[in-house]
Amino acid sequence: MNQLAKNQADGIRELIAFRIGDQEFCVDIMSVREIRGWTPATALPHSPGFVLGVINLRGAVLPIIDLSSRLGMKAADPTARHVIIVAQVHQKVVGLLVDAVSDILSVTSENIQPTPEVSSELDKSFARGVLAIEGRMICLIELEALFRASESEAA
Amino acid sequence: MDMNEIKEIFFQECEEQLAELETGLLAINDGDSDPETVNAVFRAVHSIKGGAGAFALDDLVAFAHVFETTLDCVRSGQLEPSADVVKVMLKSADVLADLTYAARDGGSVDKERSDALLVDLEALARGEKPGGAPIAAAQPAPDAPDFEPVPFSFDDFDDVEPALAAERFTVTFRPRAELYAKGNEAALLLRDLAKLGEATIRCNTQELPDFDALDPEGAYLAWDIVLLTEKSEDDIRAIFEFAEWDCTFEVTSGAAETEAVPVAECEPAEAGPMTPVPFDMTAFDAIIESAPPAEAAVPAQDAFVERRQADRRAADASPTIRVDLDRVDRLINLVGELVINQAMLAQSVNESTSSDRSAINLGLEELQQLTREIQDSVMAIRAQPVKPVFQRMSRIVREIADMTSKSVRLVTEGENTEVDKTVIDKLAEPLTHMIRNAVDHGLETPEKRLAAGKPEEGTLRLAAKHRSGRIVIEIADDGAGINRQRVRQKAIDNGLISPDASLSDEEVDNLIFHPGFSTADKISDISGRGVGMDVVKRSIQQLGGRITISSTPGQGSIFTMSLPLTLAVLDGMVVTVAGQTLVVPLTAIVETLQPEASRIHRFGAGQRLISIRDMFCPLIDVGRVLSFRRDQADPAASVALLVETEGGGQRALMVDAIQGQRQVVIKSLEANYDHVPGIAAATILGDGRVALILDVDAVVAGTRGDAAKPELSLAAVG
Repeated sequence: MNQLAKNQADGIRELIAFRIGDQEFCVDIMSVREIRGWTPATALPHSPGFVLGVINLRGAVLPIIDLSSRLGMKAADPTARHVIIVAQVHQKVVGLLVDAVSDILSVTSENIQPTPEVSSELDKSFARGVLAIEGRMICLIELEALFRASESEAA
Repeated sequence: MDMNEIKEIFFQECEEQLAELETGLLAINDGDSDPETVNAVFRAVHSIKGGAGAFALDDLVAFAHVFETTLDCVRSGQLEPSADVVKVMLKSADVLADLTYAARDGGSVDKERSDALLVDLEALARGEKPGGAPIAAAQPAPDAPDFEPVPFSFDDFDDVEPALAAERFTVTFRPRAELYAKGNEAALLLRDLAKLGEATIRCNTQELPDFDALDPEGAYLAWDIVLLTEKSEDDIRAIFEFAEWDCTFEVTSGAAETEAVPVAECEPAEAGPMTPVPFDMTAFDAIIESAPPAEAAVPAQDAFVERRQADRRAADASPTIRVDLDRVDRLINLVGELVINQAMLAQSVNESTSSDRSAINLGLEELQQLTREIQDSVMAIRAQPVKPVFQRMSRIVREIADMTSKSVRLVTEGENTEVDKTVIDKLAEPLTHMIRNAVDHGLETPEKRLAAGKPEEGTLRLAAKHRSGRIVIEIADDGAGINRQRVRQKAIDNGLISPDASLSDEEVDNLIFHPGFSTADKISDISGRGVGMDVVKRSIQQLGGRITISSTPGQGSIFTMSLPLTLAVLDGMVVTVAGQTLVVPLTAIVETLQPEASRIHRFGAGQRLISIRDMFCPLIDVGRVLSFRRDQADPAASVALLVETEGGGQRALMVDAIQGQRQVVIKSLEANYDHVPGIAAATILGDGRVALILDVDAVVAGTRGDAAKPELSLAAVG
């Protein structure tokens, strides 16, 4: 039995944790294709502010989303030290700009606490719970929700 | 592989056979008397019939059978392929195609039409038979009044064949070593043959060498068979179907017998060059050994031998395989990556400060050459001749000629010109429309043609050729040419131009491409289907092509289309707008110019016009339309690209600078993102960065709100 199947059998989920500013977030590792450094993007006309543009990912045109801006925080000022998480959402592949990737977590559903009752946009639309790991708080994001929302706003 | 897949392949092959059939018939129509052409036509119908039989497509089989019978008369020389005969056959080919497509896609065919053709075909097959050929004389039509009942075997009665009388065939069968090497057994074939009727089989051992010289794996024996059967020649051939490549095989129909002539009556004939040798017949249990054959040696049927040779030649010349289009596309994509990657590598080598750059550069140059060669070869995989599309046109010409009672001859040239499959697929529709137009509006009625001193039959020329990396397709008719007076009047009536507008002949001709323009006084059933030449022009422009017309009154019109060879790459002008690199499709650009400040005129609030040869053309600031910048750029410091737009008008697109021209690989933006207004697609430049390809029409349409009025003026003339 391979690791993946074993994890599934044990109810273990693997998550990739990353940092934006002084906050930590995580997404399911199954939707992450690769992680790469930032390269300057070609701006797209008429696009919402959180769409930084498109880059060439081995011949495919990859839109880059400033996750900080998308989550309602201050827009990023991308540098060579920023990281792009290439993720598959629905049938499309998008790049998420974050400050740094911090951890890979193996958690069970018991580790994930429901999102505390706060009345922010973040809470309602993307957060699917919080994790307490070694005294840090990591917020679990659902990419599908994020992308659906971005799509309708972009249109 | 399930049944549906096999069926799918059958229909694919049918399309090829139908194309072959039409090519052959058209060649015969043009006076090609090569027996091989007739054979090819016959073979095509026969293959369709055979395949259709396997799938129990009864309608198709029934029609193909009658068609085949008539074709066989042509093949055997009993029916002269005159113009009338070929006409019926071309129509039959159309019906056969309809039946095939109906069988594939469901739906029905014009039963009346196919029935009428069946009657014609049968008449042709019958009508010519009584004359000359020996086979016919003894084969009375079933309803002939002087028909005499003949005794015949009822054993095969359920297998009803059109030929009621037993016929005598002489079959020569000379296997080659390959036949045995492939595990075929001559005895089995002969046994099957004997089952068809009464067979007399003789072994011809003339070729048999001395024992010392005998190659144990060689083939030396030949057989001469005289077969008395009610089956047709095709049934005999069917037995040898799988062996025919590996043997010399001839069937000749001898004099048919209305009654079963006792075989013994046949005199032992001169055996020709062969000496009949008794053969051990125990292997052939079903064979009745009786008197020697009436004619042992029959001259080879030249046509048949030729056919064999031609087939073999064709098979040797171009073996082909079927490949899933997706696989080819994936390969093309990968090669596109390779090209970009190689360009990026070259750039970074040039920027590096390494000491032994010359050696690297040498290697890079070779790599570049190789990549280009790979790209060309891969593109060539998708390239196909325009022939199938052209062939479809000949049918359309026939149908419209019938409908309009005009007599039209379609001449095609350069049908082997190759172009990308996607272009071919999208070519059919505009081409169909233009052909319809040319026959319906372009050519005059026979009476008018005669009155004008022209031949009664109109000529339509459809030609394709390669010219500077593009394919050029011309549709020329020898009709009356464009009636400029009427076009002009129509344009004035429709409010397209003002009554006092002064237009050149060319400008008037181009009015027919204007949306909503139709010159026909009455909307005819043929070309007045709500689409005009503007739609044709649009669909060609969408393919990255252009269309022009030149017309000479009284002598006809020529429509010229120029299309890219592929839709995977595009010739573009690389420009800079507000620090961004954009690609503008070269097909949209009419000319580029450096605007002088004196030529820029303000027009209302914010709108600016540029005067080009006394015509005022709205200036569009691309940077602003795409919201790359807020403020209008200084026109005098920019470059203007004069582009042609959807409505036929012209606009000047302002960009900051032109970087150059190059061919770019088109990448979808929608695959991972959304459609972006004003942007057609993306591409990747040599530096690895993504550049956007401008959608000129959308950019122009985006500014139409405040520039709608001048559009309706004279500027509308393309």
